[in-house]
Amino acid sequence: MPSLHALANPARFLAIARPATPLLTCAGLLLLGIGCWAGLTQTPPDYLQGDSVRILYIHVPAAWLGMGGWSGLAASSIAFLVWRHPLAAVAARAIALPGAVFAAVCLVTGSIWGRPTWGTWWQWDGRLTSMLLLFFVYCGYMALARADAERGGDGRIPALYGIAGTALLPIIRYSVIWWNTLHQGPSIGLTRSTIAGSILWPLGFTMSGFTLLFAGIVLMRMRAALARLRSEARMRRMARS
Amino acid sequence: MSPKHQRLTLALLGVAAIVAAALLAMSALKDQASFFYAPSDVAKQGLPLGRAVRLGGMVQAGSIRRAGDGVTVHFVVGDGIATTPVTFAGIVPDLFRERSGVVAEGHFNRDGSFTATNLLAKHDEKYMPPELAGKMHETRTLER
Repeated sequence: MPSLHALANPARFLAIARPATPLLTCAGLLLLGIGCWAGLTQTPPDYLQGDSVRILYIHVPAAWLGMGGWSGLAASSIAFLVWRHPLAAVAARAIALPGAVFAAVCLVTGSIWGRPTWGTWWQWDGRLTSMLLLFFVYCGYMALARADAERGGDGRIPALYGIAGTALLPIIRYSVIWWNTLHQGPSIGLTRSTIAGSILWPLGFTMSGFTLLFAGIVLMRMRAALARLRSEARMRRMARS
Repeated sequence: MSPKHQRLTLALLGVAAIVAAALLAMSALKDQASFFYAPSDVAKQGLPLGRAVRLGGMVQAGSIRRAGDGVTVHFVVGDGIATTPVTFAGIVPDLFRERSGVVAEGHFNRDGSFTATNLLAKHDEKYMPPELAGKMHETRTLER
């Protein structure tokens, strides 16, 4: 894969990431704006839940990014362990915070949604509990990655933790299928959806909008981390000379 | 095999093993990790008497009866195999209705009936506008 190896060069990565950051962020915000406007004003209410169904335009992308974020973190961790490239470790660390934030957004919006529909803010059901665990696992990763960096570790332990955390992803996905839970089953599959088209379409906007925004944030954090590494290296050189 | 390939195989095998372990643990926990008992579980395993449990299933069509005191509701929960009569005194959630999912918190009585202290509505994965829902919505608006 010559293209991936070319990207692994920090200078070349920065040359692409610098213009890509505002592009992704602005495009994401634009799509998000369209999706929120359409979701709040252009779609009909649900026949049972009424207007409270509209929170799905935030809740579903947040859940997808909370889980997708961990997939990205795990893929970066694997890339780091296999190719030993520092840029992959930087990527994994950059993903952790926005991933945790989106997992938290998913939990909070789900709680707000659960109150009017199910009649409860929180229940220890399989889906809710496994998503809360994912949030804690994100927090654990951030603490571990920081501790590893402070002790001068080589980043291998957080990378292994990132791979181990993938165990939660199938649990979250299949919790509503294999266990009986308060949370309903999956609405969106690979080929079909049980959400009527007139309610579904703004979800595409908020989903892609949040995803682009997520990518923009990750690039921003990666650039900041690379700049910090570079300035630290320069300080060390200056201190020596 | 170069060390790089070795590490790649090891990492991918590790991920596969972790995911497989999680899935195996999930299927093993199927009964313990359940959020609620279904009426057929109770018929199979016997009544879990003397402790607080949850009972879940569909509210059977035409089974909701409101008692004269205005707060007590009697209804029947079924899962397609078995049914359980439930009594609940209190305010029911908005989405509580016939042919819809419900999770009742409370305890079983010796005669196999269930006394609920709290009701949670469980909705399905279908979302649609009122005009598509058709008949269901009509009956609901006629009631009002």
